[in-house]
Amino acid sequence: MSSMLERRKVLKAAVAGAATAATGPWFIKDLYAADEIKIAGIHDASGGLDLLGRPMIDVLTMAVEEANAAGGLLGKQIKLINYDAQSNIQYYTQYATQAATKDKVAVVHAGITSASREAIRPVLKRFNTLYFYNTLYEGGVCDRNCFCTGSTPAQTVEKLIPYAMKKFNGKKIYVLAADYNYGQITSKWVKKYTQDNGGTIAAIDFFPLDVTDFGPTIKKIQAAKPDIIMSVLVGGSHISFYRQWAASGMKKQIPMASTTFGLGNEHVVVSPEEGDGILASYAYFHEVATPANTEFIKRYQKRFGDKAAPLTEVAAMTWHGFQLWAQGVKKAGTVDRMKVIEALESGMMYEGPAGKSTIDPATHHDILDVYIGEAENKKFKLLQSFSQQKPADTAAVCDLKKNPNDNQQYIIDVKV
Amino acid sequence: MDLAVVVLLQVIAAVASLVLISIGLAVIFGMMHVINLAHGEFIMLGAYAVIYATRWGVNLWVAMLVVAPIVVGLIGIVVERTVIRFLYGRMIDTMLATWGLSLLLIGAATMIFGNVTAGVSAPLGGVTIGEYQTSLYELVIVAIVAAVVLALMAVLRFTQAGLIARATMQNPAMAASLGIDTSKVYAVTFGAGAALSGLAGALISPLSGVVPTMGVAYVAKAFITVISGGAAIITGTLSASTLLGSLNTLATFIATPVIGEVTLLFAAIVLLRILPQGITGKFFRRAL
Repeated sequence: MSSMLERRKVLKAAVAGAATAATGPWFIKDLYAADEIKIAGIHDASGGLDLLGRPMIDVLTMAVEEANAAGGLLGKQIKLINYDAQSNIQYYTQYATQAATKDKVAVVHAGITSASREAIRPVLKRFNTLYFYNTLYEGGVCDRNCFCTGSTPAQTVEKLIPYAMKKFNGKKIYVLAADYNYGQITSKWVKKYTQDNGGTIAAIDFFPLDVTDFGPTIKKIQAAKPDIIMSVLVGGSHISFYRQWAASGMKKQIPMASTTFGLGNEHVVVSPEEGDGILASYAYFHEVATPANTEFIKRYQKRFGDKAAPLTEVAAMTWHGFQLWAQGVKKAGTVDRMKVIEALESGMMYEGPAGKSTIDPATHHDILDVYIGEAENKKFKLLQSFSQQKPADTAAVCDLKKNPNDNQQYIIDVKV
Repeated sequence: MDLAVVVLLQVIAAVASLVLISIGLAVIFGMMHVINLAHGEFIMLGAYAVIYATRWGVNLWVAMLVVAPIVVGLIGIVVERTVIRFLYGRMIDTMLATWGLSLLLIGAATMIFGNVTAGVSAPLGGVTIGEYQTSLYELVIVAIVAAVVLALMAVLRFTQAGLIARATMQNPAMAASLGIDTSKVYAVTFGAGAALSGLAGALISPLSGVVPTMGVAYVAKAFITVISGGAAIITGTLSASTLLGSLNTLATFIATPVIGEVTLLFAAIVLLRILPQGITGKFFRRAL
């Protein structure tokens, strides 16, 4: 009995001691805090979107490590807080609130799907915390507190459609799209650019994200006899379309282009017979052969091993997003939100693995280089590049210079 | 004309795929009355068995038709011995336990295999029907499903093992008093149901992405099919699959995949409103 009490006492003392050691005297804690700049990343390291999220987290971690090794920012070390949203929108809002109010971070790099972005954008706006969204998306976000560094349809789809029509020598396009805002809006852009180039749309079919059986659709496509298939499909379940398409023998008969194939490394998951020949267009491919990118990939593979997943636009733009922010802080000489925004709005430019990225002050989107690639043996073969494409879709509806208080995502009314 | 043939083939393929994902559940739920919410995860394990077996150099067909059913069947027997056997006759408890098992299996698969989409390519390529192409593999699945259903029927009807299994499920006390080791019969029957689910996952794996959460997409459809089918497990599953699969496929052809799913669910609701005991509660009552 007495030994029990003894043990309990010892335990209590130990817990109390540990608690003191962990919190420390309050004044020292504040002293430390003044010496570092906190930033947060919220991405999905687990759940259905981890294929996209993990490389983004890795690249952001590497960017902070390299910046700190080079002496930090404004003479201070950067402290990165990575949150795993587990492919769950609820965690996005929770962690965004935590980052803004508890951690009081200088900037948040976050979000993969458009749904997650629209969940946290208002939160960060309300708490006056700067926000970078580094994923390609359907365009239209107009918010002075938010910078969107990824590509939008006017930069990629506009190039991909005429290229595919010319290469495949066809005019009739059949569109398969994921059934949520990205797929709905992007398929409208596909329709617009197809018609602009003198083509026609055979049909647009939408698929909920959990659909795995594409058998009837494949027969429908055959009945419609299109010249080209355009895939705007998203996520793990939809990969079965590429498999079933190839298994039916149709892949040899009707060629395919996609706005999403390869972004989650689909081209690595499917076999070369299933993936080869599919066209895609992004602001970055792992295979971009500039010295800056070759060097970047080398550092990435040194840090995370040569088996690390190939990088796609979302990871590259996370890198560019961080560097643009860091340059903004350097130029402003402070992490103060408004001053950094003004510095970034001066037409901030960063040249890195994905080429030149310039922030368009009117839309807070990126002017960037765009590539068209063709899947070949689990890699992409780059076919053409387009230098410095402007975010014309968002620019048509958004002007933050005229309306700095604008705060919404415009659903761009595509005239078709 | 070609289109009609192709649509018909597609309907048959859809029916076969419903039978395939439901037949394991028909044994475990329809016959043994165990509400197995981990049914989808048995399918998932079958798919992973194929992925890993082929990576280790096993022939794809052997992996699908032999390795996956055996692996999942053994897992099923372990599950029965450790969890299910304490819960016969306690429906709510079984639901909770198998739901927990489902979460556990998803979690374990995520830890072991990683939350990454894996897959194998479908074998055999396409066949041409007039102006249309269809996957030969889909037709092979139809043949395999037909063979499995016939074999299951033969076992239950004509073999002593089948008779013992049916007798035990119908009246365990009487079976036991006639000297049958009922607990062994339960374990083996559960294992057989699990093996059929494993086979389903194996045959699906070349057509869809394989992820730890893939079972969720199938479990609801399997339950709807088995419940709509009613008491005669094989005839019920066949007739319910035929009805729901055809409606789903035709609606998908005429409208969209979303409407196809809605039609399937709507048909099931109407069916159970009119025939609360399922199709075989009213028709084919003496069938198996």
